[in-house]
Amino acid sequence: MIEFLKEPWAWYVAGPLIGLTVPALLILGNKSFGVSSSLRHICASCLPANIPFFKYEWKKEIWNLLFVFGIFLGGVITVNLLSNPDPIAVNPKLVAELATYGITNYDNLVPTDIMNWETLFSLKGFLMMVVGGFLVGFGTRYAGGCTSGHSIMGLANLQWPSLVATMSFMVGGFIMANLILPFILSL
Amino acid sequence: MSQNIDKDLEQRSLDAMCVNESKLEHKWFHHLKYVIIGILFGIIFVKAEIISWFRIQEMFRMQSFHMYGVIGSAVFTAMISIFIIKRFNIKTIYGEKIEIQAKSFSVGQIYGGLTFGLGWAITGACPGPLFAQIGTGATVISVTLLSAIAGTWVYGLIRDKLPH
Repeated sequence: MIEFLKEPWAWYVAGPLIGLTVPALLILGNKSFGVSSSLRHICASCLPANIPFFKYEWKKEIWNLLFVFGIFLGGVITVNLLSNPDPIAVNPKLVAELATYGITNYDNLVPTDIMNWETLFSLKGFLMMVVGGFLVGFGTRYAGGCTSGHSIMGLANLQWPSLVATMSFMVGGFIMANLILPFILSL
Repeated sequence: MSQNIDKDLEQRSLDAMCVNESKLEHKWFHHLKYVIIGILFGIIFVKAEIISWFRIQEMFRMQSFHMYGVIGSAVFTAMISIFIIKRFNIKTIYGEKIEIQAKSFSVGQIYGGLTFGLGWAITGACPGPLFAQIGTGATVISVTLLSAIAGTWVYGLIRDKLPH
């Protein structure tokens, strides 16, 4: 059992389990699954700065902050108890492409060759971590949700605006990964 | 007073996903269940390598079915679950009626969606995975998370000037 838990899980195991998060949150507390709102609640609790968008009773949404704290703890638990000792196995084409940018370390979930505290202060690291993060936070709120709120919760509830949002996420991702990221990685 | 509460709910509803106001008051430990669901969710995230920058790169280069399989089967499972909840009028464990807010269209879903997509492919993470990545020891990602919070804050600041 423990051996199975340590291996990477197949999509047909992980996908349905993620899908079950939706009814679990609904039945346990009438909460609609979503993660990116937590970023807004953090703004509202720490730095509302008299901005109307952040002037609300964030404590009523405390469940969302506890949920993302749980996600953080899930990462801590997995890496300590259920960690897969092998490097992540990806498509050989990607390995070949990334090697040309000097990315060869597959031991972590993030590419430690380019995402670490030293590279943070280089142009490449700044673009990837600081600018990238900003786009994620700005874009998800402007879109009214992220992969969980729109692509899973929204699509599952047959909301066509969520389909529009999901297609926009994918278009943005395809443009970045195939057309822009190669330039950033070769900096 | 009730007008104030309505106003607050309205304010939270702006672009928000989570506006389920429960009429019930619960003791603080009831909230621990959300931590537990989050932990389980985080474990799946890491074990299925969904939070891996490399898996996101594969997805956007159409080099692997993995992420499509995960998201597709998650949506399918959630869809069936919501159908069952609605069909059999299943209540919450406290006996409340389950309500899911409809999402209304705004061009923000296109502009914001494209913006998020660009960021997703650089960082290899949507908001949920950022928390899990930090948990797995990638401490530098806390900078990415802070920057994402800053992005949300700036959106709030200039919200009125953006097309919706």
